[in-house]
Amino acid sequence: MSITARNITKRFGNFDALKNVTVEAASGELLALLGPSGSGKTTLLRIIAGLETADGGEIKYADDDVTHASARQRNVGFVFQHYALFRHMTVFENVAFGLRVRKWSEDKIKERVHELLSLVRLEELAHRYPSQLSGGQKQRIALVRSLAPQPKVLLLDEPFGALDAKVRSELRTWLRRFHDELHVTSIFVTHDQEEAFEVADKIVVMNKGTVEQEGTPTQVFEHPANAFVMDFLGNVNVFPDHLFGQPLTVGASNGDSGKSQLYVRPHELTLERTPNGTSMLARVVHINPAGSVVKVRLISDEFGLVVNVDVERGRYTELALNAGDKVYVSPKKVRVFMQPDYAI
Amino acid sequence: MNADRKAAAQDPLWVRILLITLTIGILTVLVIIPVIAVFWEAFARGFSFYWESLFSDPDTRAAVILTLTVAPAAVVLNLIFGVAAAWAIARFRFTGRTLLIAFIDLPFAISPVVVGLLFVLLFGAQGFFGPWLRANGFQILFSLPGLIIATTFVTLPFIARELIPVMEAIGPDEELAALSLGANGWQIFWRITIPNVRWGLLYGVILCNARAMGEFGAVYVVSGHIAGETNTMPLQVEQLFQGFNSPAAFALASVLTMLAAITLLIKVGVERRARQVIQEAKAKESPLT
Repeated sequence: MSITARNITKRFGNFDALKNVTVEAASGELLALLGPSGSGKTTLLRIIAGLETADGGEIKYADDDVTHASARQRNVGFVFQHYALFRHMTVFENVAFGLRVRKWSEDKIKERVHELLSLVRLEELAHRYPSQLSGGQKQRIALVRSLAPQPKVLLLDEPFGALDAKVRSELRTWLRRFHDELHVTSIFVTHDQEEAFEVADKIVVMNKGTVEQEGTPTQVFEHPANAFVMDFLGNVNVFPDHLFGQPLTVGASNGDSGKSQLYVRPHELTLERTPNGTSMLARVVHINPAGSVVKVRLISDEFGLVVNVDVERGRYTELALNAGDKVYVSPKKVRVFMQPDYAI
Repeated sequence: MNADRKAAAQDPLWVRILLITLTIGILTVLVIIPVIAVFWEAFARGFSFYWESLFSDPDTRAAVILTLTVAPAAVVLNLIFGVAAAWAIARFRFTGRTLLIAFIDLPFAISPVVVGLLFVLLFGAQGFFGPWLRANGFQILFSLPGLIIATTFVTLPFIARELIPVMEAIGPDEELAALSLGANGWQIFWRITIPNVRWGLLYGVILCNARAMGEFGAVYVVSGHIAGETNTMPLQVEQLFQGFNSPAAFALASVLTMLAAITLLIKVGVERRARQVIQEAKAKESPLT
C-alpha cells in the first residue's frame, strides 16, 4: 500500500519544522528520510504515523485519507529509536500487546507471537524482560512487536541510532532482507547517509523542513541537486570558481546571484608529480593507507585550502607518496553550485 | 588512583569519631529516647491497662475508626489528584506549568494551622460558602468532610511529587508505542502507565498515608475536637493528655508510633525500587558511544 504525505506543514512556536513537504512511498517500497538533526524528518514520520498532527496538508494510505484518523485507527507499525519496549512485560507479552488490545484469542496470540519470534530467531528469549536483552535483540523485538497486528505500513524512527557500529551494520542488512520477504511499505528516518544508501529503495534528502532532493540512491549520489545534497551525502572538496580553468562538468547551477563554487569528491581528483597547465600545487600532510583506497590529505599554501583525495592503491604505489611531498592536483569531474547559506 | 581518592576523602580520626558521636548522640536524645519513652509510659500500668485504655474507652475507639476513615479517604483523593497532576506536568508543555509545580508544593510551605483557619474562612458560618452550605443542609466544618478536606490539602504534594520524576524519566515513548499498537487511552493508562510508575505510586501512598494519620494542626482547627465524634487519633491523644490521663494518651500515642515504624520499614524497601526505576530509565536514554 502506498503512503502519501502532501503539502505537510508544521510549526512549533516560532520554528517551522515542516514547510509544505510532499513525500510519496510506492507500495512495497523502503524509503529513507535522510537529513541532519532539525531537518524535520522525525516530525514528518510522526505525522505520517498519527503520533503528531500536522498544521496543514494531508496524509493518504493508498486512497484512504487518514489525515484526521488517530494513530490507533491507522494500523501502522512504529519502531522507536530507544525501542520503547514495555519494561514490565516479558518479550512474549510485548509482542502480544497489539493482539491483546485487538481481542485475539489466546491460541491465536500464542501462535502469532511464536511465529514472529522464530522469524527473528529469538524464541528462546520469550520469557525474558527487556532489561535482560542486548540493544540489537531489543530492536528486533520492537520490530516484530510492531509487525504483530499485521500493519499496512511500517515506520521506523532512527531504528539503529542507539546501537554500536557493528550491530548497526548487521541489523541494516537484516532489515533489508526482512523487508524483501514481507513487502510492507516502510519509511525509515536516519541521519546516516551510509545507512540510507545501504538499505533504501528511494531516498528523500531533507533539510530545514524542506525536501532538497528525492530519488534512488544512485540518482541522488550521482546527480545531487544542490550544494547541500552534495555535501551531506559524502566528503567533498570545495574550491573557488575557475580554479582549474573552465569547469569540466556543470552541475545544476541555480540562478546567477551569489558566488558559485566548485564541488569535487575525493575520488574525483587525480594527483600528478608534474604540472599540467590547470592543476594546483599542494603539499602532502597526511596519508591514511587503511582501506580500499588510500586517503591523502593535502594543503595548498597558495589558496589556503585543505584537500582530501582518495588515491587507488596501484596509483599510490606508482606515485610513492610521502608526507611533505609536492604534488599537482587536478579534477576528473567538477560540479558547480551556488554557495549555500547553510552549515551542517 | 582509587587509593589516592580514598586517602583524600579520609578525614582525621578525631573528626570521624566526633561526627559519628555527635550524630548518634543527637539521634539518641531527639528520637530514640522519646520513642522508648512513649512505649515505657504506655505500659507503665501494665499490659491490661494498656489494652483497656485502647479498646474500652468509646471515645478512643471512635478516634481510631475516624483516623482509619479520614486517612484512606485523603489517600484516595490524593491518588486521583496526584496521577492527574503528574500526568499533566510530565507529559504536556503548557503556559503556567512551572507555576503549577510551585502550587503543588504550597501545602508543604503553609503551616497546617493556617490551612485549618483557611477552611474555617471558606466553610464557616460567616465564611464564603457558609450561608449557601447551611441553606442546602451541608455540614463541612466540625464533621467528616471537613476533616477529609483539611487532611487532603496538607498531604497534597506527596503522590504528585513522587510521580513527576518517575514519569519524566520514563518518558512518553512506551505510551506512544501502545497507542500505535492500537490501544485506547484507558488501556494505555492501566496496562502501561500505572505498571511503570507503580513503585513511585506506592511510595507516595505510604508517605501520604503516614502524614494523613499523624496530621494535627489543620484537623485541630476544622474539627472542633468533639470527643467521640470529630477527634482523630492525634487529637484524642492531645485531649487525653490535657485531661491528665497520660497513660491512656501514651497508649494511643504508641499505636501512632507503631504505624510510623511500619511505614518506615515498608518505605525503605519501596523507595529503593522506585529510585531503581528512575535510574534504569535514565541509563537507557544515555547514548552508547
